Amino acid sequence: MAGILIYSDKENLALELLTAARIIGQELNLEVKAVTINNDALATALAGAGADVYGVNNDNVIPADVGAVASTLEQAAAKLDTKIVLLASDRRGKELAGRLAQNMGAGCLTDVTDIHINDDRIKCQRNALGGATVATQYITTDKQVIAVRPRTFAAAAGGEGKISLFNIEARPTKIKLLEVKTRSSEVVDIEETEVLVVVGQGLNSEGNLAEVEKLAKALGGEVACSKPVATDKKWLAEERIIGLSGKKCKPELAIILGISGQVQFTVGIRDAKVIVSVNTDENAPINRMADYILPADLHEVIEEMNKALG
Amino acid sequence: MNIVVAMKQIPDLHQIRMRDRQPVLDDVPLTLGNIDKNALEAAVHLRDTHGGKVIALSAGSEELEDTIKEALAAGADEAFMILDDSLDNADSSVIAAVLAATIRKINDVDIILFGEGSGDNYSGQVGSRVAGILGLPQVGYASSMEVQGNSAIVTRSLEDGEEILEVELPVVIAVMADINEPRIPSVSQILKAGRKPQEVLELDDLAIEILEEPVVTESNLAPETPRKQVVVKSVDELIAVLRTEGVIGR
Repeated sequence: MAGILIYSDKENLALELLTAARIIGQELNLEVKAVTINNDALATALAGAGADVYGVNNDNVIPADVGAVASTLEQAAAKLDTKIVLLASDRRGKELAGRLAQNMGAGCLTDVTDIHINDDRIKCQRNALGGATVATQYITTDKQVIAVRPRTFAAAAGGEGKISLFNIEARPTKIKLLEVKTRSSEVVDIEETEVLVVVGQGLNSEGNLAEVEKLAKALGGEVACSKPVATDKKWLAEERIIGLSGKKCKPELAIILGISGQVQFTVGIRDAKVIVSVNTDENAPINRMADYILPADLHEVIEEMNKALG
Repeated sequence: MNIVVAMKQIPDLHQIRMRDRQPVLDDVPLTLGNIDKNALEAAVHLRDTHGGKVIALSAGSEELEDTIKEALAAGADEAFMILDDSLDNADSSVIAAVLAATIRKINDVDIILFGEGSGDNYSGQVGSRVAGILGLPQVGYASSMEVQGNSAIVTRSLEDGEEILEVELPVVIAVMADINEPRIPSVSQILKAGRKPQEVLELDDLAIEILEEPVVTESNLAPETPRKQVVVKSVDELIAVLRTEGVIGR
């Protein structure tokens, strides 16, 4: 029976793909299969969630060598008769998607934020025009590679799968891994936070951040920012960036301070339950997507809020 | 050392308006993708250190002959363009086939640079597809790079860390936006841009096989975000409404 193949090197993302693949598989009558590469723990976790796992063990294939991983999955897809491959759209998965699709002769969609089946087509949603629009697209080719954004589907759990060992051909890699650095700066996940206080370039100086952090703490939340605050000014770590090139958050409350609201930013916050915009410019585009608008200087507002809440 | 920088012509995203949730693209000027400009800056930096040539490579409608001058003004030494009206909205697989076939016509390419994603679709496929077609090693999400002898030392920035890699040339590298700050060309550089060598190719000049419309776009609309848009006059009033909403003071 033809099937659908899932692959991610990360356990939580692979389990999310398992959920997605089951939904597609049920509608299109496809068997779900998972591949793992040199990762017994992940194979066990997937089997523990009921997946039919094919474990590849080959020292020539390292995650840093996207070409080798793509070749591995291409061989797996051919041998396992899976014309559809689901990947995670994290950085590793997204970089892999294009190469695997090229190898397979497949059409490809990345950064997919929703999937539904209609007319036997896998209809995918993804942001277009820098996030200004959401496009509904589907792949027409027989072979398909679809990379799904993290947290689009819930992780699969429970079940009794099986693990089979699987061989592929691989040449020694030409990519030499010199060093791995794990990000140790500060572990904060703004995607998991209920309240976000978001600052943009309207913030006068790095010195004002202490007051912003105080406000976030008073509200039981975290500080997030628009991209330039982290990448240009380097006032905050990159993991706090909201937007197209950062995180997509769905907090209960987002207080947005001094951000005009380019679509590249708003795409990361538009799913918040309640949005407050504080901006001296009453006509700032962000106000059109806010529930409450306070036309005022953000620095004064932060100070007053801290007084009122402290 | 020859460095090819692949760049995409896109509508200036800052000038797109919405009408009935539909993007209005008429009269929106064309520009090059913002992260593509970081890739160009990285290429110019490598050339200034190691010598060689920076070649801007782009496929698009004939307006590209004008748009590409941005790249020539910002430091590219010459440009290769593949012009066809079908190319502005072509699928990644088509663009990759076109770019790879053109790269094969350029001699002694050591590094092929991309931005991590185009400014408009940000799909991030073309660099990986070109690497696949040419059978070259690739490093995406590059946050820094240097060349040592016949190798590139590249830092790939991932969500949870970084890996530093040594890759033999030729290599395909896709850079992140924060790798550098693209220069703003001076007036004299802009004036000189038009006189730099430009090679124009048409699709017929390239022997390529392409997939027939591999991706269909059913709809492309601004998302609906009905919001209250209530103007409040003071911090006290704001705190009161947020308490009523039940989002603070729980």
